[in-house]
Amino acid sequence: MTPNDTLIGAGFADPVFQSQGAFRALLAALSEPGLACDLGDAVVPPAGLEPATAVALLTLADYETPIWLPAALRDGPAGAWLRFHCGAALVDDPAKAAFAVIDGAATEPKLAAFNAGDDQFPDRSTTVLVQCAGLDGGEAVTLEGPGIAGQRSIAPTGLRPAFWAEVEDNAAVYPLGVDVLLVHGAQVLGLPRSTQIVEIR
Amino acid sequence: MTDIATRQHWMAVLARATQGEIDALLQQAGPLPTHELLKAPETGTVMVEGRAGGAGRRFNLGEATVTRCVVRLEGGAMGFSYALGRDGRKARLAAVTDALLQSEIETGPLRRGVFALAQKQQAARELASRKAAATKVDFFTLVRGG
Amino acid sequence: MYVAVKGGEAAILATHDLVAEARRGDENVPELGVAQIREQMGLACGRVMNEGSLYDPDLAALALKQAQGDAIEAAFLMRAYRTTLPRFGSSEPLDTAKMSIRRRVSATYKDLPGGQVLGPTYDYTHRLFDFTLMDQAAPAESPARPATQPLDASMPRVPDILGAEGLMEEEAPPAGDPRPFDLTREPVTFPADRDVRLQAMARGDEGFMLGLGYSVQRGYGNSHPFVGEVRVGEVAVEYVPEELGFAVDLGDVTLTECQMVNQFAGSKEVPPQFTRGYGLSFGHSERKAMSMSLVDRALKAREFGEAATYPAQQDEFVLYHSDNVEAAGFVEHLKLPHYVDFQGELELIRRIRKEREQRLADQQSEALPEAAE
Repeated sequence: MTPNDTLIGAGFADPVFQSQGAFRALLAALSEPGLACDLGDAVVPPAGLEPATAVALLTLADYETPIWLPAALRDGPAGAWLRFHCGAALVDDPAKAAFAVIDGAATEPKLAAFNAGDDQFPDRSTTVLVQCAGLDGGEAVTLEGPGIAGQRSIAPTGLRPAFWAEVEDNAAVYPLGVDVLLVHGAQVLGLPRSTQIVEIR
Repeated sequence: MTDIATRQHWMAVLARATQGEIDALLQQAGPLPTHELLKAPETGTVMVEGRAGGAGRRFNLGEATVTRCVVRLEGGAMGFSYALGRDGRKARLAAVTDALLQSEIETGPLRRGVFALAQKQQAARELASRKAAATKVDFFTLVRGG
Repeated sequence: MYVAVKGGEAAILATHDLVAEARRGDENVPELGVAQIREQMGLACGRVMNEGSLYDPDLAALALKQAQGDAIEAAFLMRAYRTTLPRFGSSEPLDTAKMSIRRRVSATYKDLPGGQVLGPTYDYTHRLFDFTLMDQAAPAESPARPATQPLDASMPRVPDILGAEGLMEEEAPPAGDPRPFDLTREPVTFPADRDVRLQAMARGDEGFMLGLGYSVQRGYGNSHPFVGEVRVGEVAVEYVPEELGFAVDLGDVTLTECQMVNQFAGSKEVPPQFTRGYGLSFGHSERKAMSMSLVDRALKAREFGEAATYPAQQDEFVLYHSDNVEAAGFVEHLKLPHYVDFQGELELIRRIRKEREQRLADQQSEALPEAAE
């Protein structure tokens, strides 16, 4: 027995329907950027993961999708939990990750450190889950792009100062680039690479 | 604490055992202990890899059905089962057995039961090998001339 | 005008019932059990597992029962079922040197370590009917008598013996021992690497592979093959679950492996030597493994600087046509309604016929006055 054994909580009680429900919500989040979607409370997440992060990774990640986590999470219960439930490998190199979880307030790693895909397979980029302090109450950011009729305004909090500049740079390399999911609590808000930042106030 | 090689050995024996054999084994050790299903019995596949020429480049031969189950006993011990096939009940019983074996002393009833199963499996392998050996060719050369 | 046609639901439901009746046959004859098929039609189950690309003898037997013994239809059922299952991961590469041997023969060496083990084979039968099998007699005791001693615990693979002399093309993993390409997950591109070719052939149609292998021998592939070794037996499958971090033995699979040895005269870069073709298949399926090994060698033409003149040497041809589920789908879809397509063709033919008749009539009327002169 390893010390982590006793720490691992259960996954989905009903894997088929709970993962399909979460998948539908994630699809909605990325197809209507800026609209927060609820992923529910199907699992008790391990320390360090927001509930929506845990549900999203349980739904999307498997042994073929390496995950990058900050070192503290990787070596703690979160890493053990993901290994156990997803069978996913945890990688040190952000560029090798299919999924990544980062702390929105931390200065590193930058979005550009992750895999932006290549010209032949832009879809092989990293999907970055950015855990932040809240999805409203912060400075207003106006979005434009596919999935948004006209413009949409969001106001997440707890993001590093240069974060929006990174999102702009990411959108500029379209069709390459990472897809971002802002996560807080059970909620997730999509910022795919196709979304443009119009204004920050 | 069990060393990994010992645990690998009993997991291999359990993977080759039938549901009935594992059931009988567990009954010898008393009533089925209360356990939580961390991963309910689930059937999926494992892609089986071969190597070109037997030792060269890896390639995918094809998948095989595999059923797995992970349980946790009340005391906290986790038991795993991964085996070919689609028998969910066997997977659950094997996972419970794996969990129990980890805290059992070497002379316990489960250890002895696993040992007996291993011997039975070895005997079946040996019989198959002896039947194959009966078809081994003895060449003899006819010597002609001086 | 495009006319969508609906209908046929009742007819389709009725055909489900009728095919169930046809499958069952005469109800006075006892129904086949899946276990009977698994145990008594094991070679057919092996073929279905190979072409269905899924090792599960029970499911292969069920597939054969449900498909009335149609191997391709049965493989299709296996493929369809496979897509409903999650994949836990990839096994550790199989170690066929550790096979529990039931059959192992070599055509290149008489006295090889471990010996020639004929095993269960039809090779030395006379292909005369055994009419006693017609009788539903009580099960007789197995006539197979074991020898007093089992086979050697370890049997070296034959090409490794020649390899020690340096006369055999080396088979070693490329740098870093990369994970193999998986054609069920990623699109195939050409030229295809060996891992892609071997995966495609392992799930390829036995008849197609046999025909291609035969073509190689008959001169459409410039090959001089010998069976270095065929071995059949059980091999343990090991898998490392990410959460455990050590290898778990999942049980045994039955495999057939063929190592084909081919003479090679050498090229500017490569000295004369023996080159290799490899075949590996689920179950006891020698014909498949041997055919695969012949075509594997033929497909190495590019690597050895040989002209790829013949079908068996062309990876695109072989890989695009070996999958019988794909091939059957495309061939058999022709029987499905093409009413609109055909209506279009019909109208086109009528129009150009009319135009041609008009043209001929015009030419004739132009020619007539001259003829009258």
